[in-house]
Amino acid sequence: MIRRLLILLLLPLLIACPEQEDAGDTVVVWTSYRGEELTALESVVEDFNSSTRDTRIELLAVPSAAYKSRLQSAIPRGNGPDLFIEAHELAGEWSKNGLLRPALPGDLDRFAPATVDALRYDGQLWGVPIAVKSLALYYNKDLVPEPPATVSELLRVGSEATGGRALVYEAGSLFFHAPLLHAFGGEVEFREDGTVGIDGEPVARSLTWARGLTERGEVPEEADGQLVSTLFNQGEVAFAINGPWFLGEIKKPDEDNPDAPFVNFGVAPLPVLDETGEPLRPFLTVEAIFRADQGAAPDEQVIAVIEALAGLDGSIRRAEEGGQVPALLAAQERPEVRDDPILSMFQAQAELAVVTPNRPEMSIVWEPSGRAIRRVLNGSSSPEEALERAQCEVDRFLTPPPTAADPGPYLIVFGLLLVLGAALLVRSARKRQVVSRVRKSWRSYLYLVPAVIGLGAVVILPFIIGASVSLFAHSGGEFTFVGIKHFGRILFADECGGVMDPLSFWFTLVVTVAWTALNVALHAGIGLGLAMLLRDPWMKLKGVYRVLLIVPWAVPNYVTALIWRAMFNTELGAINGVLGLFGVEPVAWFSQFATSFAANLTTNTWLGFPFMMVVTLGALQAIPRDLEEAAAVDGAGAWARFRHVTLPLLKPALLPAIILGSVWTFNMFNIIYLVSKGEPDGSTEILISEAYKWAFERQQQYGYASAYALMIFGILILYTLLTKKVTGGDVK
Amino acid sequence: MSAPAPAPMKQHVDRKTTWLGQWWRHALLVPFTVATLYPVLWVVKMALTPGEDFELSANPLPTTVSFENFGVLLGDWMFWRQLYNSIVVAGITTVVGVVLSCTAAYAFSRFDFPGRRAGMDGLLVTQMFPGVIMAIPLYILLDKTGLLNSLTGLALCYSTTAIPFCVWMLKGYFDTIPKDLEEAAVLDGASRWMIFTRIILPLSRPAIAVTALFSFMTAWNEFILAATFMNKATSYTLPVALQAFVGDRSTDWGLFAAGAILVSIPVMSLFFLLQKQLVEGLTAGSVKG
Repeated sequence: MIRRLLILLLLPLLIACPEQEDAGDTVVVWTSYRGEELTALESVVEDFNSSTRDTRIELLAVPSAAYKSRLQSAIPRGNGPDLFIEAHELAGEWSKNGLLRPALPGDLDRFAPATVDALRYDGQLWGVPIAVKSLALYYNKDLVPEPPATVSELLRVGSEATGGRALVYEAGSLFFHAPLLHAFGGEVEFREDGTVGIDGEPVARSLTWARGLTERGEVPEEADGQLVSTLFNQGEVAFAINGPWFLGEIKKPDEDNPDAPFVNFGVAPLPVLDETGEPLRPFLTVEAIFRADQGAAPDEQVIAVIEALAGLDGSIRRAEEGGQVPALLAAQERPEVRDDPILSMFQAQAELAVVTPNRPEMSIVWEPSGRAIRRVLNGSSSPEEALERAQCEVDRFLTPPPTAADPGPYLIVFGLLLVLGAALLVRSARKRQVVSRVRKSWRSYLYLVPAVIGLGAVVILPFIIGASVSLFAHSGGEFTFVGIKHFGRILFADECGGVMDPLSFWFTLVVTVAWTALNVALHAGIGLGLAMLLRDPWMKLKGVYRVLLIVPWAVPNYVTALIWRAMFNTELGAINGVLGLFGVEPVAWFSQFATSFAANLTTNTWLGFPFMMVVTLGALQAIPRDLEEAAAVDGAGAWARFRHVTLPLLKPALLPAIILGSVWTFNMFNIIYLVSKGEPDGSTEILISEAYKWAFERQQQYGYASAYALMIFGILILYTLLTKKVTGGDVK
Repeated sequence: MSAPAPAPMKQHVDRKTTWLGQWWRHALLVPFTVATLYPVLWVVKMALTPGEDFELSANPLPTTVSFENFGVLLGDWMFWRQLYNSIVVAGITTVVGVVLSCTAAYAFSRFDFPGRRAGMDGLLVTQMFPGVIMAIPLYILLDKTGLLNSLTGLALCYSTTAIPFCVWMLKGYFDTIPKDLEEAAVLDGASRWMIFTRIILPLSRPAIAVTALFSFMTAWNEFILAATFMNKATSYTLPVALQAFVGDRSTDWGLFAAGAILVSIPVMSLFFLLQKQLVEGLTAGSVKG
């Protein structure tokens, strides 16, 4: 059996070989499109490839979760694409970081002027616009025949139509709040001195107004994409504010089953706000083709490819098949777009939209402002307080990197440490006659060589490189040596709310420790309990239980984490549904620290206990049954047998699993990122998710993130030393 | 060899009381299993509901059943190609991971050599390196060695990340195997290597099963490295393909869930195959120290 399995597993080894490189005349294009947008793009590419001889497009679709990080690691190494499709917002940050090449000269007048302006930064044009996207108003035609012209009409008609809520949108994010913000005359201010202002008076007014909507129950306070589509699809609300991606989620008539319910919907531009007489103006996203730095394809081929994707035929194709509003004026005037009831409305809305700022600083605005909006909406703080705090966070994220330091003293200290370390090593080696012992046991090392080489190359080397980055500051694509200043900043940072601020290192550390301790205790406890229940060889159905109970481990955790997130939804979630059966009021899980933390903990416990169960089951096999039986004969009760016979014998196998389990849990990034997302106020964030945010979501401050990661490393080392002391050293 | 003497009698007693005597076990296990499967039923419900029609409610049982989502996935040749890639990567990872860990764990368990304790500690330490800072250097390294965009390179990364746990697990298990067995074999003229392959490994099947499952899982569900290192859709692994159903602002829940189920089936089958090894590793009475 084992042997056959081994052969089966070895087979691929023989077949696996690296794929070969491609010929030189291809233009590589990357995209994170999916669904219809991708199909449409693929068909444009196919046409191009079959009609042109000397140039081929090689299109690669990358999942959006890995898209940006992939571009960021590939482009500087010369492994990036020639061209890639992304939103215009990255023009500032990415050109500053040296990832982009300026767009090739061409006829720009043929695109809508706003789309071209959106791609300019620092006096240069960085991309060619292909499509525009913005939020618009979706309305249920069966509930309201005509779209409203003003917001007050919308609220009145909407409430009358359903007898309840008038409108649904993802109120707790800046992107969705932007239409109101702009209608009140608010904006994200980029000042001369490089600071960013989000605490203006109109911003506060827009928040007060939004709070009114949720307080009166006209708009649900805690809406995510799932709630929006469910309420709209079930006809429980007549209006929704959403983008073109929402089209795919609306129930359409089913050809095979004419009785199936569907939503008869229309799209319209957002209405006018009565208070100011201004229309609600959403953010405009311009999707563009960017040239990656170090792309190797010659200019004339690149121009041909851009023409194919952004030109008239390509634009019409993408509009018709992919539902994209083209940026090309000639395409906008064609009947395929102009007469389409949905495309034409999104285009009309795009003309009234505010282009999202493409400044590098913009990328850090989303996180703090989203937190501020949620605080106001759930009533935990006044608009002024929330904005003051958000402003403080923005300033903190934008703190310029530490000044350059002289590497000289560091080199000297490092050299001294090296010498000292070597000397100590030699001394202890002499004392314990290591050389002769090594010579005697050289065979032992043969067993280790392969593992050590592998670990050295894949784990230790990258770690040393990564760790040394902590001594440098990354800004504008350049690394400057700053010494240990990052560590000082982390430990003594003056956070907006002091040490007790949810974003401070110390607060996050406490949360992380609690998170780890509780998780590991639950994993080990449940795993051990189940293994004890399931070890009896004569137990009925034990095989069935065993297989069913490892299911949480088998299903990919990024899928189940999303399911858990949905289950904790306040209105629709199954958890509140089940609690409701027992008469418990719905709980807003992610609006308080304790419940949000509990949600994370539940998810991770669910994910982690099967592993501990499997480990324990394996370890239990090494314990001879007769020992326990002997204890039983001697009159020991079940608990005493477990406590004094079984548990001590399990220790050698369980201890490493528990130590490693705590290390993994300490760095369990996925669950926090996908379930609580740090809510509320970033308080359920753990150290590793903070480090991740510094590296990828706060202007690529790799140095700071690396210093953060090294702190984590240090803490874990300390923890292990302590554990060993407590448990009496490692397994003999 | 035979089972210990009291066993037959015990067996007799147990059989007689199987259901009655064990009702409390089932009383504990049934609710627990139901609670465990509850979220999974949601995945099944989403997968079986065509389009985006599923409704979130306390009831996780599907109201309509359609295999449309599975049909879409299985009808695409790319799925099979990516399944093949996943099997290759997870297969190499398992073999390399288990082989390297077995030898290393044996050395740690049986030999006394300078650096033994430091080595075990070192393995533990490698698990503490946060992934955030390793991804980009690892990318550079694979690029330099020409292993970027190759399934082998990916598998090497996975197997090395799995090694530390596997070594600790195996060493712990090897330590519990009585040394007298080996001493007897040495008297019979067996070499170290023979003892290792003929005595230790067969006796350690439960621990090897755990480590094999662990290595397999390490490779099977990972997607960030795979999505970053692979340059063609034909060399993606299944988790990467699955992620493609998740967009920035919207998700194809039906296909995503159906894909998740298809991805978990091989793991469940592997566990089913291995669980026999897992619980019957020490065949009754073969080693009684």
